[in-house]
Amino acid sequence: MNPFLATFRRDFALHWAGGGVLAPLGYFLGATLLVPLAMGPERTLLAAAGPPLIWIAAALAVLATLERVFQADLEDGSLDQMLLSPAPLEALVLAKGAALWIAVGVPIVLAGAPAAVALQAPPERVAAIVASLGLGLAAFIGAGLVGAAVTAGVKRGGVLIALIVVPFFAPPIIFGSAVASGDDIDAALSVLAGCALGAVALGPIAAAAALRLQAE
Amino acid sequence: MSVRLIAKSLELARGGRTLFRDLSFTAEQGSFVEIRGPNGAGKTSLLRALAGFLRLSAGVLRFEGAEEPFLTLHFLGHQNGLKGAASADAHVRYWAGLFGGAGGGVLERVGLARAKDLPARVLSQGQARRLALARLVTARRPVWLLDEPAAALDGNGRGLLAELIADHCNTGGLAFAAVHEPLGVASSLTVSLGGG
Amino acid sequence: MISYLANPARFMALSAWAAPLCAVIAAILFAAGAPWGLFYSPAEQFQGETVRIMYVHVPAAWWSLGIYAFMGGASLVSLVWRHALADIAARAAAPIGAVFAGVCLVTGSIWGAPTWGTWWEWDGRLTSMLVLFVIYLGYIALWAAIEDEERAGKLAAILCLAGLINLPIIKFSVDWWSTLHQPASVFRAGGSSIAPAMMGPLLTMAGAYLFLFGALALSNMRASIQRRRVERSRMEGGA
Repeated sequence: MNPFLATFRRDFALHWAGGGVLAPLGYFLGATLLVPLAMGPERTLLAAAGPPLIWIAAALAVLATLERVFQADLEDGSLDQMLLSPAPLEALVLAKGAALWIAVGVPIVLAGAPAAVALQAPPERVAAIVASLGLGLAAFIGAGLVGAAVTAGVKRGGVLIALIVVPFFAPPIIFGSAVASGDDIDAALSVLAGCALGAVALGPIAAAAALRLQAE
Repeated sequence: MSVRLIAKSLELARGGRTLFRDLSFTAEQGSFVEIRGPNGAGKTSLLRALAGFLRLSAGVLRFEGAEEPFLTLHFLGHQNGLKGAASADAHVRYWAGLFGGAGGGVLERVGLARAKDLPARVLSQGQARRLALARLVTARRPVWLLDEPAAALDGNGRGLLAELIADHCNTGGLAFAAVHEPLGVASSLTVSLGGG
Repeated sequence: MISYLANPARFMALSAWAAPLCAVIAAILFAAGAPWGLFYSPAEQFQGETVRIMYVHVPAAWWSLGIYAFMGGASLVSLVWRHALADIAARAAAPIGAVFAGVCLVTGSIWGAPTWGTWWEWDGRLTSMLVLFVIYLGYIALWAAIEDEERAGKLAAILCLAGLINLPIIKFSVDWWSTLHQPASVFRAGGSSIAPAMMGPLLTMAGAYLFLFGALALSNMRASIQRRRVERSRMEGGA
């Protein structure tokens, strides 16, 4: 097995083993549940303003998983070993991001369908919302890796990560919410794909540079 | 496999403090090098600099006969590099993939055959250290950098460690260890830090 | 130029008179620009006297962006040449940039009150500025959270450059978002439709802000170099 696959497989298994999958999913569904409780059950009001709020829930769920992504590796010495792999650290960081997206992101994406229906999104829009969540979570994770890497050495860095990462979450939220509320869906989806591509390409490079400094 | 290390006038400063300066030595292939010095003398920092994690303030470090330093060495630090939720076996498979090794029979070699399926979190300190030692033999690499490798090991464990190092050096490998007490392996060179 | 200044001793000698000089120039420009803008420039056709807040608001907006670009440059120098002075410069500039962004937001809100009839409107420009303000806060918080200053400097530099790449994307997405929701934008002042009579005081005020930044940043840098020297000599005395 090559270093990329080995890292992907290990992280994927660790997300499942540590209950790291259920907590963000529960968080996502819980936050979605709070929306009608806060706005009231009025169907027309929910249909008009509810669906974009899925994005707040998704962003919060991702934020909650970021803190430990690299911090654990730094504390237990795994990061040193990653530095000694024949594969570049950037590739290993990408593998960790991919594992996070598959293990934590995909369940949230799938849960996005019932969440959208519950928030009164029109049925014909649900498929677009699910697709946009897939792209948006990739963008969140790509950017989130940078925030997680620069704060890996900070104890209780969760709040700091949130502050650092929020500006990077703004563009995907804007375009994702446009899909959810049905504004110019095609354009929004393609820009969202661009955001995801950029974050996935550049995020691991910046994160790996930060991790090399953390190992010093 | 034959690698020698040449270090010339190494200097390392951390946080505005100079840990050592003008440190020179040559470690021939097949030798075991002890790094000695009091706490805070920079033993760990020297090992991390040899591994390429730390940037030296000055000096030249050359692995002769090696393609890339990072493909050449294993590093065993204070932390074992283990994940509590993963089994011993899963660790070996991961390292085999990460470093490009075979990984067969490794747990037997370090006496953890029966703990194969146990998650690392239930291993004792000594067993966890043995699992970390398994990494050294999962993929064959010519240079070992060991930071107090005997920590948490019992008598048997120390015997195993000495045996692993001796085997490694006898087959042309090069091993460095920061130690406080002798490991029971004849050292061919001692690097002393901290004015000693 | 950079390598000439990179020597801390030379920097200290040069900044010893450059910092007060900047402060004096800033004071002169403020003394000229403020009355010029507030009393001797024309009122605007539609907004009347309220347009005068522009002379505080617009330079703050310009330089909060300009300072971030400066920090980006310093971060690049820090990562490529690994020079400590670049880290110190970026760190010294950040709180000033944050304050300028804050001034821009507050004056924007005050300006908006009579024009929009509300203290806060999610106008595209103001929203982008709010995001920039948050970027500054994150940068400052990261510096504060990491104890080892050398490492903090390099990590903050990575974050700063990532933010620099992100800024145009934010600008683009917020513009797209605000045209989608079509708010009434009154902030044409920053664009091309400024009357020539307003340009004089506006540029004077912009110069005043720039030299104010220079004076504050240089004295911040001097303070942190001196603090490092004291810490270092203490550490060597103790060892």
